[in-house]
Amino acid sequence: MDDSKTFILKIYRGNPGRQYWEEFEFPNEPYANVISALMDVQRNPVNRQGIKVEPVVWEQGCLEEVCGSCSMLINGKPRQACTAIISGIIKQTNSNIITLAPFTKFPLVRDLIVDRSLMFDNLKKVHAWIDVDGVYNRGPGPKISQAKQEVMYSLSTCMTCGCCVEACPQTNQHSKYVGPQIMAQVRLFNDNPTGKMQRRKRLRPLMEEGGIGDCGNAQNCGPACPKHIPLHDAIAAIGRDVTLQSLKDLFSLPDRD
Amino acid sequence: MASAKIDKKVIVVGGGLAGLSAAMKLAENGCKVQIVSVTKVKRSHSVCAQGGINAAMNSMGEDDSPIIHAYDTMKGGDFLGDQPAILEMCLSGPSIIYLMDRLGCPFNRTTEGNLDFRRFGGTLYNRTAFCGASTGQQLLYSLDEQVRRFEVKGLVEKFENHEFMRLVLDENGITRGVVIMDLFNLKLEVLKADAVVIATGGLGLLFKKSTNSTFCTGAANGRLYRQGMRYANGEFIQVHPTAIPGKDKMRLMSESARGEGGRIWVYGDSSKTIVGPDGKTRPCGKTGEPWYFLEELYPAFGNLVPRDIGSREILRICEMGLGVDGQMQVYLDLSHLSPEKLNKLESILEIYTKFTGDDPRKVPMKIFPAVHYTMGGGWIDWPAADDPDRWERFRHMTNIPGCFNVGESDFAYHGANRLGANSLLSCIFGGLVVGIEVPRYLESLTSSVNDSSSKIFDQAIDAERAIKKDLLSRNGGENVFKLHDELAEWMCNNVTVMRNNGDLKKTLSKIKEIKDRYGNITLDDRSQFANQTYAFANQFSAMLDLAFIITKGALLRNEFRGAHFKQEFPKRDDEHWLKTTIATFDPSQDEPVISYLPVDTRHLKPILRDYSQAKKVKPTLENIPANIQLPI
Repeated sequence: MDDSKTFILKIYRGNPGRQYWEEFEFPNEPYANVISALMDVQRNPVNRQGIKVEPVVWEQGCLEEVCGSCSMLINGKPRQACTAIISGIIKQTNSNIITLAPFTKFPLVRDLIVDRSLMFDNLKKVHAWIDVDGVYNRGPGPKISQAKQEVMYSLSTCMTCGCCVEACPQTNQHSKYVGPQIMAQVRLFNDNPTGKMQRRKRLRPLMEEGGIGDCGNAQNCGPACPKHIPLHDAIAAIGRDVTLQSLKDLFSLPDRD
Repeated sequence: MASAKIDKKVIVVGGGLAGLSAAMKLAENGCKVQIVSVTKVKRSHSVCAQGGINAAMNSMGEDDSPIIHAYDTMKGGDFLGDQPAILEMCLSGPSIIYLMDRLGCPFNRTTEGNLDFRRFGGTLYNRTAFCGASTGQQLLYSLDEQVRRFEVKGLVEKFENHEFMRLVLDENGITRGVVIMDLFNLKLEVLKADAVVIATGGLGLLFKKSTNSTFCTGAANGRLYRQGMRYANGEFIQVHPTAIPGKDKMRLMSESARGEGGRIWVYGDSSKTIVGPDGKTRPCGKTGEPWYFLEELYPAFGNLVPRDIGSREILRICEMGLGVDGQMQVYLDLSHLSPEKLNKLESILEIYTKFTGDDPRKVPMKIFPAVHYTMGGGWIDWPAADDPDRWERFRHMTNIPGCFNVGESDFAYHGANRLGANSLLSCIFGGLVVGIEVPRYLESLTSSVNDSSSKIFDQAIDAERAIKKDLLSRNGGENVFKLHDELAEWMCNNVTVMRNNGDLKKTLSKIKEIKDRYGNITLDDRSQFANQTYAFANQFSAMLDLAFIITKGALLRNEFRGAHFKQEFPKRDDEHWLKTTIATFDPSQDEPVISYLPVDTRHLKPILRDYSQAKKVKPTLENIPANIQLPI
């Protein structure tokens, strides 16, 4: 265990085409997390060499791990910065140097900020919503069992943070693979008794390039998910559903619910 | 006379529950909606709402009704809320739950597969629908999905990572658009429309360590105030009794933890005494044994007293030296709950474990009150169904024609204190109301943005360019983030749970001093790309205005009402203070001008706000209009 009185953030920062490492040193205080350290840099943007620099920029929001804003690579692993408690990391790694870097699978904006719009665009491709008749009173929704609600709730906690996409070896800026989180969302909407009626609209795009066939089954996504969403299960289930649907389509079999 | 030239184009600023609910309903009503949001709308602060959403569905055999819900809300808000709006919100509750259910929001279920409900603070009924302990996140996602559906249809266009900088008003003071800034490249841009809906949430960041997300600066409302929008009831800031202290923020520990049976306690000390709300003096429990002080002081509501009461009692206990380990913290104990109940709270238990390393299933949590909700906000009109001028006025419209305000950023529904699980309801309800009132406003217009001269847009963008140039060139050495820390410390110490006029006066001078020093800031980042230092420095000016409004309103209000408590004035004073505080900007003065409006109490005359006794009352509300048309 490292009992040093300070810790160091080694940050891969800069603009597209010009990224570099910069180190900042902080007193090791109780309850410090990566976010509180970055906030300290805003107040006193002086690096370890004692040079005044521009404060590091990053995305943040709720700081309670429900918004998905503060995704970054911390010691090389994709995760949320708010739950990255300094003392825990030091204990785990036995080192007081912690590296921060922006995600690599998305276009860099600046420092630790990347543009994750692509994930939201992919939700459009797979019809990730329930087609309701309208926003007026049509009585209660369908009955749902407690067991089904539990599955739907766990799938529905996806923050679109991008940790699974970052961890996945199949996704990159040249690949069309929609990513693991999309499979979980398709499963969520196809599980919903109303959403099920449109399930083909979600399965058919996944037969194309960038769909389920692009998953290499590396299974990196599951452990990377901060919300413990059963991504591997979702991919397996969607894989089966897509195969079934493509066979039905091939033989022009009628759709039956 | 309606003009055929009016485009049904609407700008919605903010993409939380209120903004998305408005956008969804507007799109359904055929409007073209542009949403401006500082973040991806799916990351808006609504995701932080944990415990649930209220609606009196009476599905638990308790003889509950929307009328009792409205009664609880009026009483919980200490009668400062205008009552016609509260009544219609509560009447709409059940249909809103059904709507969200149909949109796919995964509410918890009973064994039969029906919606499940839990109990929340300030009521004796189980009327809170919930999705585990992340209800706000789930509701927001359901609306986000619907809005994406309309986006694909071409009815909604999003400007995410863009910030609202100012409203564009024409020569007659009518809304004609907004100026926004791209937070990635700092470029300013004009969006034109005849109606703008502000749904920008609360201002918790003013107090720095609050339960709010880091973008909840209140800047949009502060900027609008400078442009003439009335800001109402600023002094009413809700402090949530239970949050996890942290170095970067206070993390909410949901009221649902107590709704499921969680108990608050400290170790008793029989050598000390305390006066309860019944006026009786009693010992502070038994020395060395857990003392469940809320249960003893408020036997009827116990751990589920309204939030202002809970927070004040926790602070009082800690200031008596009874806090856990002698510090400003008390226990919130869930360790006795059954695995089924703990399961329903999983997401918040996980948060506690992640941030403290302790498992609340086994050991009591250490918690303390934190700034949580902004009851005050933009003043909005709310004509009741049977008001003779109902159809000449527009619900949720501010005093600026064409500028609407909704959600936490408006002042309506919650009066002097919001009841738990009413915020999600007020956001969705308000959004739906806006979705109907805005098209009606557009139809009433006789001239449109297409007739406006380009000059008004040029002037607006020029004004913003000038501010930007000025801020980036200031060179006095002050650091804006440090100024923020200083302001927040003063606000937290003097303008939250316990207030007194001496400290409030000192705080006003302090705000003025910080304002002067703000003129001397130097930005450590002068780049034109994703410059967060600049974005914050710009917001901070609006935050200073709001801080002044809140503090001045608090100083003037010499009574105790809901979240506003002064020891010198320990009673509610309806004779003098049953009125809405209105702050208006006067460029010739260096302070906000404070005036007052009467509160609409047509349905229920104010009664004593007593939570020490258990009585399920069957309230009757007076003067309920026969012609109410709910938005759903």
